[in-house]
Amino acid sequence: MIGLKAAGPMDQFEILPIVPIKIGGLDLSFTNSSLWMMIAAGAIFAFFFAATRGRAVIPGRIQSAAEVLHEFMADLVRGTIGHDGMKFFPYVFTLFVFILVMNFFGLIPSIPGAPHEFHTFTPTSHLVVTFALAMLTITIVVVYGLMKNGLGFFKLFAPSGLPWWLYPLLVPIEIVSFLSRPISLAVRLFANMFAGHIILKLFATFVTMMIGAGGIFAAMGIAPFLGAVGVTMLEFLVAGLQAYVFAILTCIYLSDAAHAADH
Amino acid sequence: MEIDAAKLIGAGLATVPLAGAGVGLGLIFGNFLAGSFRNPSAAAANQPTMLLAFALTEFTGLLGFVVAMLILLNVF
Repeated sequence: MIGLKAAGPMDQFEILPIVPIKIGGLDLSFTNSSLWMMIAAGAIFAFFFAATRGRAVIPGRIQSAAEVLHEFMADLVRGTIGHDGMKFFPYVFTLFVFILVMNFFGLIPSIPGAPHEFHTFTPTSHLVVTFALAMLTITIVVVYGLMKNGLGFFKLFAPSGLPWWLYPLLVPIEIVSFLSRPISLAVRLFANMFAGHIILKLFATFVTMMIGAGGIFAAMGIAPFLGAVGVTMLEFLVAGLQAYVFAILTCIYLSDAAHAADH
Repeated sequence: MEIDAAKLIGAGLATVPLAGAGVGLGLIFGNFLAGSFRNPSAAAANQPTMLLAFALTEFTGLLGFVVAMLILLNVF
């Protein structure tokens, strides 16, 4: 082909150091994952800087886009946590936009022939990244829940109004379900991105294999190509949906923490 | 050698939860559609709940994926 390094479907997830930094036994290198996270943060900053610069009464195109995004998330936070939950709006909004942009950036095609370190990369396709985000959410839930309700926070594990003999059964279940929240939050986002990108690359590999076989097979390569186009469209849906699901679950957990002592 | 073969079979079996997740997702979206045809004005308000149910159902399928990966990557 055109000097492309043959890449299996797993090569896209490889983390490569760009600026190696080693402090003691710790590897704190600036990697392609960090690079794409910074590009995502920079793009978000640039977008909202451009959108809020004018602050016109009649919004222009870019300001409308930012306002739609803002209203969408504000409605979600207001609807799930309530009006006093708006203090969490900056956190939920940042989380949503950051995950959304990271997911979308993985769908940008790479420049052929670019060094391996600079190919497009989805930071959210790594469990470390998503688990860090999930733990951030759960830490906020626990700290805020304890601050607001004191020990009443633990009523979360023993909802009132049930027959007494149900509690020995219910409390362990509630505790396990609470402890599995960060895991489910992290694994959902990671597995969706990971599996989606593998499918995408598998379809792309089919195309090159068909063209490589030549003759009638090369013409039949159009079928996996159309499949790849379809999967890409599906991936756009999944990228948006998973960012939304992460935000909505964060809201629900925060609402649990805010109203733990009420029930 | 036999252990490797057994691992591959196990990883394949760990994808069975996908069937359950598929059935569950079909039920959620199907019932949401059926409900929203009966009462279209209430559909928009229930969309977040539907997506939440979607996420929770999908997770059972993803757990199968995680188990398959744990087997294939020799975590045990």
